[in-house]
Amino acid sequence: MRLLLEKRSEHSQLMTVISPLIAVALTLVTGGFMFLAMGLNPFEALYVYFLEPLKFFWTFAAEDFWPLEQLAVKAAPLVLIGAGLAVAYSANVWNIGAEGQLTAGAILGAVVPVYFTDWQSPLTLIAMLALGAIGGMLWAAIPAFLKNRFGASEILTSLMLVYVSQLLLDWLVRGPWRDPAGHNFPQTVAFADWQVLPVFGESSLHLGVLLAVIAAAALAFMMARTLKGFEIKTLGVSPRAGRFAGFSRAGSVWFCLLLSGGLAGLAGIAEVMNTVGQLQPKISPGYGFTAIIVAFLGRLNPLGTLIAGLALAISYLGGEAAQVSLGVSDKSARVFQGILLFYVLACDTMILYRPKFVMDRPALAEKPT
Amino acid sequence: MEEAIYLLEALNVVKVFGTLRANDDVTLKIKPGEIHAFLGENGAGKSTLVKMIYGALQPTSGEFHWQGKPVVIPNPSAARKLGIGMVFQHFSLFEALTVAENIALAMPGDFDMAALSEKIARVSKEYGLPLRPRAIVADLSVGERQRIEIVRCLLQEPKLLIMDEPTAVLTPQEADQLFVVLRRLAEEGCAVVYISHRLEEVKHLCHNATILRHGKVVANVDPTRETAASLAKLMVGGDIHVVHTPRSQKAGPARLSLKDLSLPAEGQFSVALKNISLDVKGGEVVAIAGVAGNGQSELFDAISGERTLADAGMLSIDGRPQGTVGVNARRRAGAAFVPEERLGHGAVPAFRLSENVVLTRHSSDASLVKSGLLQKSGAGDVSERVIKTYDVRMGKVDPEARALSGGNLQKFVVGRELDREPGILVVNQPTWGVDAGASATIRQAIIDLSRQGSAVLVISQDLDEIFEIADRIAVISRGELSDAHPAGELSLQQIGLLMAGAHEKKEGVRHAAVA
Repeated sequence: MRLLLEKRSEHSQLMTVISPLIAVALTLVTGGFMFLAMGLNPFEALYVYFLEPLKFFWTFAAEDFWPLEQLAVKAAPLVLIGAGLAVAYSANVWNIGAEGQLTAGAILGAVVPVYFTDWQSPLTLIAMLALGAIGGMLWAAIPAFLKNRFGASEILTSLMLVYVSQLLLDWLVRGPWRDPAGHNFPQTVAFADWQVLPVFGESSLHLGVLLAVIAAAALAFMMARTLKGFEIKTLGVSPRAGRFAGFSRAGSVWFCLLLSGGLAGLAGIAEVMNTVGQLQPKISPGYGFTAIIVAFLGRLNPLGTLIAGLALAISYLGGEAAQVSLGVSDKSARVFQGILLFYVLACDTMILYRPKFVMDRPALAEKPT
Repeated sequence: MEEAIYLLEALNVVKVFGTLRANDDVTLKIKPGEIHAFLGENGAGKSTLVKMIYGALQPTSGEFHWQGKPVVIPNPSAARKLGIGMVFQHFSLFEALTVAENIALAMPGDFDMAALSEKIARVSKEYGLPLRPRAIVADLSVGERQRIEIVRCLLQEPKLLIMDEPTAVLTPQEADQLFVVLRRLAEEGCAVVYISHRLEEVKHLCHNATILRHGKVVANVDPTRETAASLAKLMVGGDIHVVHTPRSQKAGPARLSLKDLSLPAEGQFSVALKNISLDVKGGEVVAIAGVAGNGQSELFDAISGERTLADAGMLSIDGRPQGTVGVNARRRAGAAFVPEERLGHGAVPAFRLSENVVLTRHSSDASLVKSGLLQKSGAGDVSERVIKTYDVRMGKVDPEARALSGGNLQKFVVGRELDREPGILVVNQPTWGVDAGASATIRQAIIDLSRQGSAVLVISQDLDEIFEIADRIAVISRGELSDAHPAGELSLQQIGLLMAGAHEKKEGVRHAAVA
């Protein structure tokens, strides 16, 4: 018996929908074996990881609602970045450095509270968010320029710039931007009032969550209904046909990197204006990298990243819970994310290919006499 | 043991791909020393059959006998061990390596480069296939590259040589030389399987012809006793629609003019265009003939505006210089373009037909895009009109482009442009890989457009097609274009000389041998 992959004449609509679900199921099974190997009860561990944060849906207890808010807050940067990456990846522009653009956005946005600490007005908020987006765009402009001018792979350049931005941040918070009244801790002044994102009512849901939903919806509309979206998709799947249609490859590289970089920068500044509240050496648990998985799990569809962002946010929350109640390293969350990406990409094969088992023919070549 | 009469027999061979029976109960027999033609339209199953003989595919059922004994050919290297050699239509050569290095790569086991070079020189001379073992492949003409493939097979002393559409890339003179070699091989006892859809060649060369249609063997005939028309009827299963060419009325003013158009080569293996001048008038079809890879695709890119030119005056549309503007501006000026590659150039394989309408018409058709928003109904209307007018057949409503057969997609891609009623139409290889029925439809539509007053430029390697539709013919060779001559004044022989570079202004090595 052999497994054959037979090419489908058209891509399968059904598989487009269920391939990520198969991937999630396989991830859970593999994760269960991983916990078993660590000497844990796999069912208990998977429960803590993936179901505990969602307990509200069957208990309806007020105290179980809080994890859901946390889920939305964690999902916000993932969706914001993932939606931009989904557009870029559709155009075959492989921005892997969203984590760096996130950091650059946080740095540029923090210029306001660091240098104009006393400026307080609604404009402060807007200026910080705008600078955050611009910071991410500037950082993403570097790989765009290098790609168009020298043909340098954006995969490498954008990834390498992640480490540059993180070291820049590290230097700033330990050096020139360190809070003079901060007992020598490596951090800037704490942000306050209009330097912090407003929240909705008493909840922990902040403006960034709303921005993420708006961004995903707007990008989904762009991809589905506008000529720009058509251009991006065409250049992604068939660059030669894109050139024949009069679309510019260099233009789409600029557009996609600036868009995804800007959204990553926005996510970065939103993160430090809320959860973190100041600049520190580490401001993100790898949202920029996890968003790559979000983009793929969401079928490179900006609306799909809304669901995928929530799914990946569970792994962050579960990782924290597992650290407390199971005593496993929070690195296990990264392992889960890695396994998930692997299965998502593997299952996507089914969209264009049909698996088929065939009986082997005896392979004997008779020697001519 | 009794000597087997047949070298190779295929017995009830079936090959199924998904739901398609590419070969359906094929039985045929090949004798040593005979030149045996496989005739059939595109998609009739010729390639599938030879791939099974060469071990690249395995039959779903049925079997092959080699010299009277059942045999399974699991892969091409087993086929070569049996004594089967194959020259593919698309060569598998490394352009940056020498002739001898390319041949060495295909030889099993160790080899001595000097001895091999000497052997190549000897064998190639013996068969009248002159080759320099140290020449770099990139510098060679298509005909010379084919010789490498043939010599590569000959070195393994084959008993059966398979040639897949060998003359598609040759000038008429080069083709004649090839026939001499094939006849000599046959006399020495080597069987030749000759795949072609050029009926005159088959009549001229082959001893036996097996005709395939829709995967089935429909006839086995002696081609010398048939006429080209009777063979064509067997291939198609009916009479072919004859393209009707009304006499061109008095040609109008030049609508597309190229004046000293030059364009540097884009990469190491692309061709530079040199001082190309040509006027295409309203109401006429001008064809550009030439052997593949002599600058046809570069010329298409330059005319379509996919690559813009250094000087606006190098290309004018209806008298207005348009050399420096891009493809969409030229479309808005009234031109339409159909490239050689349907999938991936003329159409996006993963897009639906209605989306592929937007691909080339988004800037020239106001019903498709309004203030940056796609108008799906407008695209759907155009797509349905094209499908209806040009009889595009498909399995479901608005399928992805890749789900269509070659002929139907080509009718769609050509129809999409004709539907605009363009003043200027430029088509590269309008019927390449298209079945006879669709070819006739497309050629007729092209002629009809020109008779309405449009200027039509056709780039083609198919001389039969060119003589069928062209009013004037020019020939491209290594990036230089000859003058355009009225079709009635040119013989096949003269075109062959031009294809081999007789008009080239620069002195240099003549790559294609002129007989």
